[in-house]
Amino acid sequence: MEHYNMNLTLKIWRQKNSKTAGTLETYNVKDISSEMSFLEMFDVLNEQLIVTGDDPIAFDHDCREGICGQCSMHIDGRAHGPWTNNTTCQLHMRAFKDGDTIVVEPWRSKAFPVIKDLVVDRGAFDRIMQAGGFVSVNTGNAVDANSIPIDKKDADNSFMAASCIGCGACVATCVNSSAMLFVSAKVSQLALLPQGAPERESRVLNMVAQMDKEGFGNCTNTYACEAECPKGISVSNIARMNREYLSAGLSTES
Amino acid sequence: MAFTGLFLITFLIVHAGVNACIFLNDGGETFKDIAHFMSHNWILRFLEIGLFATLILHMIQGLMLWSQNRKARPVAYHVTKANENSKWYSRSMGILGTLLLLFLIMHMAHFFVGTKIALYGGDKPHDLFEEMKTVFSVWYIVALYMVGLIALFWHLLHGFQSAFQTFGLNHKRYTPIIKAMGAGYTVIICLLFALMPLAFYFGWIR
Ligand code: HEM
Ligand code: SF4
Ligand code: FES
Repeated sequence: MEHYNMNLTLKIWRQKNSKTAGTLETYNVKDISSEMSFLEMFDVLNEQLIVTGDDPIAFDHDCREGICGQCSMHIDGRAHGPWTNNTTCQLHMRAFKDGDTIVVEPWRSKAFPVIKDLVVDRGAFDRIMQAGGFVSVNTGNAVDANSIPIDKKDADNSFMAASCIGCGACVATCVNSSAMLFVSAKVSQLALLPQGAPERESRVLNMVAQMDKEGFGNCTNTYACEAECPKGISVSNIARMNREYLSAGLSTES
Repeated sequence: MAFTGLFLITFLIVHAGVNACIFLNDGGETFKDIAHFMSHNWILRFLEIGLFATLILHMIQGLMLWSQNRKARPVAYHVTKANENSKWYSRSMGILGTLLLLFLIMHMAHFFVGTKIALYGGDKPHDLFEEMKTVFSVWYIVALYMVGLIALFWHLLHGFQSAFQTFGLNHKRYTPIIKAMGAGYTVIICLLFALMPLAFYFGWIR
């Protein structure tokens, strides 16, 4: 791919804190390399803002290699920008051309309040995990890794569900701000394994109850989440969670 | 949503099937016989109450869903390219449903109210076939029925397969079959219904 430089106009959401209203502010950046990542372009802009004595733009990031799920940005109308199966840190500037105007907004959902600028509080996901996203294990000596036989198909499906990085793009992109893809990935990864069996029923009931409490919307099966998920988590996990929920709901005694 | 939706889908099969008897072009004789049987059978009267309860429940659930989902995003995006990740009609079930509700109010006024008055108060049985002829002789009524059916088309195209996903049925082999069946069902039902007003208006049936 040929290298080129570009000048860009950026319209970025600026918001002091969760209590104030925000606005889109316009910025210009020059000579951005097509080989930079989107976050590196933001670093250039922030350097510029620091030099002129302005407040740099707050944004979440950590690994910058597509595995931590921190880099939440709604870029030009798409969660994590125009590429599919991709995070913002792995979005490269070659996705844009010289002279482009790019609009960058935070994840927007009642359950993800804006802390500052593009940074949102995804604590709702942590509380859902605390409600049931765990397994009970025996303490003491480590058990031999291969002592429990697991069907290869189940192991694969569990592993695929476990690749969810908790980024929240599914919520951000859903018209209903539904968290079903995230929660179903977390429920599925454990429900598919024998280790997850002891808490199987209470897990799905408690995690869904917590999800509802956090103010996420309800799933209407638009499947936008699957299309925008950086890890390609399948909506078949949502169907699995619906099965788990139905059967747990019918058999529970409390 | 899924349970009530599937019940309504089943109802539409019966409804379209019975009404399609007008295409026999026998002056509505077969149709009238069935309509008479249906309005004088207590099992069907009982099912009718169930149908209305289901419809109302479906509407209430739909409206609650719609309002909760609007509240879940208090600040809207300035830019969204939702068409790149999902189908417009899957995101418009509330609006399509509301259009259906408006359509149903008109539809009830045309065919339900008169039949019931005749059944419980009138001295002669209500001739639904003649009623259809009169109603569908006005061009803008025919046009409104077409609009209602277009809303139904998109509502069902999403709703049919959506109901199976809600019940937890998502399978590599079966989901494509369900989607194809949903599309087939939607096309056949909507075409059948669309042909009825058109047939009367253009005098294909008399
Ligand atoms: C009377 C007005 C109606 C309203 C206001 C309405 C509204 C809605 C809404 C808001 C949804 C939720 C969106 C979703 O789950 O994808 C929905 C789903 C659905 N509707 Fe309707 N609807 C109406 C009539 C009908 C009729 C007449 C039928 C069938 C003949 C129908 C069949 C369905 C089905 C199958 C679903 C999907 C259920 C699911 O995925 O859980 N609806 N409707
Ligand atoms: S399901 Fe996908 S989009 Fe949702 S949090 Fe997990 S990785 Fe992100
Ligand atoms: S910064 Fe870790 S996934 Fe983007």
